[in-house]
Amino acid sequence: MADKPLKDLAPEWAQPSTPVTRRVFLGLSALGVAGIAVGGAVADWVNRSPIGRAASSAGVADLIPLGEAFRYYTVTDGFPSRSTAKYQLRVHGLVDHELKLSYADLASRTPTHLTKDFQCVTGWRVTGVHWTGVKLSDLLDEAGVQSKGKALRFTSFDGVYTESLTLDQARRPDVIVAYQMEGKTVSTEHGGPVRLYVAPMYGYKSCKWLDGIEVVDAVEPGYWENEGYDVDAWIGHSNGRDDKPV
Amino acid sequence: MTSLSSDVAAAPRTLMRFDRVERSVHWLNATLFLLLLATGLTLRGFPGTQWVGRRELVKNIHVWSGLLLPLPLLAALCMRRAGRRLRDDLSRLGRWTLDDRRWWNRRRRGGVALGKFNPGQKLNAAFVGASLIVMPVTGWMLRFPDPFSNSMRRGATAMHDWFAYGLLFTITGHILFALSDNEALRGMVRGTVSERWARRERPRWHAEMLLEASAAEDDEHENRSGTASARR
Repeated sequence: MADKPLKDLAPEWAQPSTPVTRRVFLGLSALGVAGIAVGGAVADWVNRSPIGRAASSAGVADLIPLGEAFRYYTVTDGFPSRSTAKYQLRVHGLVDHELKLSYADLASRTPTHLTKDFQCVTGWRVTGVHWTGVKLSDLLDEAGVQSKGKALRFTSFDGVYTESLTLDQARRPDVIVAYQMEGKTVSTEHGGPVRLYVAPMYGYKSCKWLDGIEVVDAVEPGYWENEGYDVDAWIGHSNGRDDKPV
Repeated sequence: MTSLSSDVAAAPRTLMRFDRVERSVHWLNATLFLLLLATGLTLRGFPGTQWVGRRELVKNIHVWSGLLLPLPLLAALCMRRAGRRLRDDLSRLGRWTLDDRRWWNRRRRGGVALGKFNPGQKLNAAFVGASLIVMPVTGWMLRFPDPFSNSMRRGATAMHDWFAYGLLFTITGHILFALSDNEALRGMVRGTVSERWARRERPRWHAEMLLEASAAEDDEHENRSGTASARR
């Protein structure tokens, strides 16, 4: 090993050499910048490939950027948690009869099943998510909306997250109060045990950890709208985005 | 004079591997990188990080750390005298000698005289360097997405993700290699390594350091005799 006498070792800079690493550096930089143009398509292709599908179903899509994965957002310290036993949803405001519904009350009503893509305003999309819940319009009819009522204000038991819909939007058949996701009680990360699911709008409209639906006389922008997002958050027609509607 | 040089020879000799500027840049980078990693994994929703919450705060820490990270390196590179060794490192990292190729291609690595860095370190530097370009560019697009089309945003997200995972991989390797060689780690913590380590692991760099040292000694000699003759 140290068989060569040290004095025979010429300095590194005096050796014949090739810029191998410099080429790797330039190549990787170019790849990264080119990836901005084509990376979305490549990611789609990978996600739809057998590897991507396997990653999604094995649940490793959370760990590695392979397959489709939800990204979890919470606006307070940590995730607010409430058991199904202690859960209560209040429908109040400009209504004839105020409702106080437990998890079991919701689950005993006529269920609506929706299997649709979940599209976030930041760009990620999870295809074919199965939700079970009660149509929001059913709950509104049950409570009896007064003529002064024009809009809804949703509150979350995290104490901070709020959302809004007009009554017309809320009465769509693809707007539900969801208590199951993929056949199981909605998990805490996903906004459970009960969350709003507004299928035709970006994810932030689907208020998580839902504990109150108040009928009000005008739309009051919610948490994310105050952060600059659009109030009417139709997928593909708002927030400067052109995603495929679901 | 003679007694002094024999003292030096008797003590276990050490060589300066990374000077104060190189080490400061390294540790500032390391700190900011760990902050970026922790906040980045939280923003990405890595399992086990969801409880952190406070998305706006975490995002701001991530963005500011990202903006700050390249500054120590750029500042040090621009310093004329203090940045000399750092600039020298960069030009060493860029090129492969024949010995580097042999070390990379062959299982048997005896008789190969590496310079200051081995080819693995050089490739790591190439990836980290490319990340220093790709991450700020894509990060900027994610922070200020308005001017960019949907598909470009998705591309930027994908690149930011993949380079982040690449960094996680190479930096974990970097830390494991450093922890498995105390002497190399000492080079980045205290700046010096033993001559024995240098001769064994980086013979060509060792030879360079000896040359440099003898050149410095010659300079000193000349200066001394110069002042002496001036006095005369």
